[in-house]
Amino acid sequence: MDPRRSARTVSDPKVRQVGFFTQPPPPDRSISDPPRHHDPIQSSSPSSPPVNDHSPSGNSLSPVMIPPPRHHSDTLLRTALQATSPTTSFPYSARTVTVPQENDDVSSFSPGRRVVSGKSPSSFPGVKASSVPASELTTVSVVNLPPGISEKSGGAAVEVQNDQLARSKPLKEKTSKAERRALQEAQRAAKAAAKAEGSKAPAAASKVGPSANTKPSKAAKPPSQKNDGSQVAPSEKKGGDRAPEKDRKKDAPHPRMQYDDASRVEKAKKRAVVKQTEARNRVELFRHLPQYEHGTQLPDLETKFFELNPMHPAVYKVGLQYLSGDICGGNARCIAMLQAFKEAIKDYLTPPEKTLIRDLTARISSYVSFLIECRPLSISMGNAIKFLKSQIAKLPLSLSESEAKASLMLDIDRFINEKIILADKVIVKHAVTKIRDGDVLLTYGASSAVEMILLHAHELGKQFRVVVVDSRPKLEGQLLLRRLVRKGLSCTYTHVNAVSCIMHEVTRVFLGASSVLSNGTVYSRVGTACVAMVAHALHVPVLVCCEAYKFHERVQLDSICSNELGNPDAISKVSGREEISYLDGLVNSDNLQLLNLIYDATPSDYVSMVITDYGMVPPTSVPVIVREYRREHLWS
Amino acid sequence: MDFQVVVLAGGTSKNLTPLVSKEVPKPLLPVANRPVLYYVLHQLEQSNLKDLIVVVEGKDAALLVGGWISGTFVDRLHVEIAAVPEDIGSAGAIRAISHHLTANDILVVSGDLVSDVPPGAVAANHRRHDAVVTAMLCSVPISGPSESGSSGGKDKTKKPGRYNIIGLDPGKQFLLHIATGAEIEKDTRLQKRILRAVGEMEIRSDLMDAHMYAFKRSVLQEVLDRKDTLQSLKQDVLPYLVRSQLKSEALSNRIPRAEENGNEKVSSQNNQVMVSQILANASTPSFHDLCSVSHDGSAPIRKTHKCCAYIASSSSYCARLNSIQAFMDINRDVTGEADHLLSSISDHNNIVGPSTKLGTKTTVGPHCMLGEGSEMGDKCQVKRSVIGRHCRIGSHVKVVNSVVMNHVTIGDGCIIQGSVICSNVQLQERVVLKDCQVGAGFVVTAGSEYKGESLARKEK
Repeated sequence: MDPRRSARTVSDPKVRQVGFFTQPPPPDRSISDPPRHHDPIQSSSPSSPPVNDHSPSGNSLSPVMIPPPRHHSDTLLRTALQATSPTTSFPYSARTVTVPQENDDVSSFSPGRRVVSGKSPSSFPGVKASSVPASELTTVSVVNLPPGISEKSGGAAVEVQNDQLARSKPLKEKTSKAERRALQEAQRAAKAAAKAEGSKAPAAASKVGPSANTKPSKAAKPPSQKNDGSQVAPSEKKGGDRAPEKDRKKDAPHPRMQYDDASRVEKAKKRAVVKQTEARNRVELFRHLPQYEHGTQLPDLETKFFELNPMHPAVYKVGLQYLSGDICGGNARCIAMLQAFKEAIKDYLTPPEKTLIRDLTARISSYVSFLIECRPLSISMGNAIKFLKSQIAKLPLSLSESEAKASLMLDIDRFINEKIILADKVIVKHAVTKIRDGDVLLTYGASSAVEMILLHAHELGKQFRVVVVDSRPKLEGQLLLRRLVRKGLSCTYTHVNAVSCIMHEVTRVFLGASSVLSNGTVYSRVGTACVAMVAHALHVPVLVCCEAYKFHERVQLDSICSNELGNPDAISKVSGREEISYLDGLVNSDNLQLLNLIYDATPSDYVSMVITDYGMVPPTSVPVIVREYRREHLWS
Repeated sequence: MDFQVVVLAGGTSKNLTPLVSKEVPKPLLPVANRPVLYYVLHQLEQSNLKDLIVVVEGKDAALLVGGWISGTFVDRLHVEIAAVPEDIGSAGAIRAISHHLTANDILVVSGDLVSDVPPGAVAANHRRHDAVVTAMLCSVPISGPSESGSSGGKDKTKKPGRYNIIGLDPGKQFLLHIATGAEIEKDTRLQKRILRAVGEMEIRSDLMDAHMYAFKRSVLQEVLDRKDTLQSLKQDVLPYLVRSQLKSEALSNRIPRAEENGNEKVSSQNNQVMVSQILANASTPSFHDLCSVSHDGSAPIRKTHKCCAYIASSSSYCARLNSIQAFMDINRDVTGEADHLLSSISDHNNIVGPSTKLGTKTTVGPHCMLGEGSEMGDKCQVKRSVIGRHCRIGSHVKVVNSVVMNHVTIGDGCIIQGSVICSNVQLQERVVLKDCQVGAGFVVTAGSEYKGESLARKEK
């Protein structure tokens, strides 16, 4: 009982400050005052020094003191309101019995004051205070009240109290569920504010005595915990409800758009932001994949630059960069997208009469569909988007907009740091153990993870040679080669045509991946399968480096049903050398179909090991990681 | 999209005397019976850019322009007019309104640009490359040297000044060299450093700087602050930025950002570095990046910035009204081949106002425009000309390849070829004008013949 009451009394001065008087008394004074007339207090309950002086408990013995307030509140009751009745019952019976109930009641009882005070059990002390013998009160009023009122002493205070009760009564009657919720939210906010303030107050209070210091804090805590509990519970429940629904949706894989279905394509075109002209001559086998005339989208998108109002500039920029090929590579695309979303969230304002959770999700979806129009998403990006959306969905309703935005931005940063950067570091750490002196390592294309591994191994002083295998038309390997050579690694550069020759001297193959699917298939830059197959045939171990966020539960057996088609011109023309045009004039003939595949699927047979941030696993263990990873990070 | 638009409308340009005057500043010069500024504003409006700052030279001109804009674009555009003193140049004009500029990027458009190139394309290109400046280049108008047979010999001498010598990288994305104005006459100097970095440069003289720029605000302001001598955006600021792109003094914000990171935790900084590295490695580096990185591949040693070019497709129309010849050409093109710039197009190839009165046997050829309220006598011929509102034209008058503004009275038997006749001019009977400019309010006495002259009220 003691602590609880003390808590009330503690909160009392605050209640007074805010509830009664607009002019806030300087906190220093209120707290530094008590020591002066401290003698009576010390004898009494050691609780809450600053409060004691205005509250009756200042009288001395707290147990003795209880009756008078009751009397007083009784009188109040009689005179003013029945609403007070629950309060009167508290101090004695209810209080001891059920704490949460009391808490609830109090909250409904005098909402106005609580909101301001931030400490829940506030209603009583006020009453008590007013009931106190006038003499005591006057001293208090020096601290808290303007002199004019203090002279009126108790009587005035009681009146004020009455007012408040009267005001609080209708409120109580009204409080619906929603209101209570709003109340709780407000209290929470107030508490947060109070905490900030509180850091001052306890410091000051400590002057009075250590006991005073500890008790209020103890007393204050339980209600706060209760509050938290009651608040968090519903939101959690909701989250729980939602998640399975989502899961269910995801269980049945979303039917991917089949681009040979004319009617659907028509519909999609109407929705599209980017005007796309479909390529005419497409390879029969890949009709179901989107293929557009490259070069038609960019100018159109550019002209609409200012007209796409809902699109955030950062997202727009990333989209343009995807479209023009300025950014490629799984990690980079994912990071660029997440950073753009972060910018967008930073600038996001919830429109009136909408909730952040729903509206922001819709907004992100529109961004995503825009990005898809610029270039089909990679699996890693899909996972990142799922993560972001689930984070949005999980936001507690009680968070204010700025808090929600901050937490989302933190989440995005966390995702980038943990799932990509840290994961890469871990992968490097694992993979480096597989590099020995005298090794000849082969890599294909330009994988950021593989690059880091090679550079790190070089830094560690390992003696090895690198074979960079590259392929037209992107020639990404050249960029990698440039960076490796600059760092002083000894490299060999060759095109994929020569891979069977060079493979004889290779001791290990390191490959990057766009995604690893749950049957162990590695979905990666086209040509990877070929390299892996040659390596397998020559019994060279193939190590695939892939961050776990790129894993996907999908099963894929070939590279036909899901793939991406690149610009067919890229393979028919040599960039930078217009004069080389062997296919000139043939490109538009109906007999010629150009196929520029972007990805291929490497069967798990060819893969010796997948190096991920969870360690080195055989490709057969991928489903385990997919399962665990989902549970751990994405959906919980 | 975080862009601010500044329209540099100009004032009373000397190039265009006697067409412009105190009453008709350059922005209000009629092109196909609409002020030239209309085309820019309309183009911007089409692109959904509705917050504009229009900078006009001279207070009086600003008043006139402001009045016109508020009359025409009321409820459609949010335009702020800024009056700046005359002869401070375009850079000076930007300096004067510099404190109003807050957005990340600034789109600076010349008010005399008549074009259908979407400004969004320039802006998007600018954003995509994260450039310091992006300039719009367009092919030199077709009606340039080859086709201007009937134009005055006077203008021909000016012509070389209009064109630029422009160096581009092989991908036609970056500006490597630009020479404008008087520099063209001299020997062109190329910078070895840039040439070495790029490896290959394409020099073109068939492109014209259209004076539509997207600037990064911070850089623009800094350059303008630091270099007081820079007078004009086109002739000083742009070449300066292009010249210094590999040894940037204008700070692209890379270095300061790195310093900011230094204050944070080491780990997070490492992560940041890795993130930026991944991003950088993912894209094909431009020569800027290659040049800025020292040979051992460590941190950037040189600051660079990118100057981009957006080359308008050859099918789009783009011209600047900065000379009398250009004025004639634009007038002809707008009524002719580029008539999509005018929203209203009749079924015929010409536009005849609703209340014009034509005499008997009067023919109005294609690519003509007759303003409302004009009256023409019998047996007149109008070919490829623009005639303004409330003109009175007598009989047996021939108007070919000319621009006649509002309230002009033309007596019987006049022959007008390749001329510009400003408002309130009176041509008495049997006047013959060829390649002349007649200033506002001028009275040409009966029977006189002029060829290739500029007639204005005070001087002559």
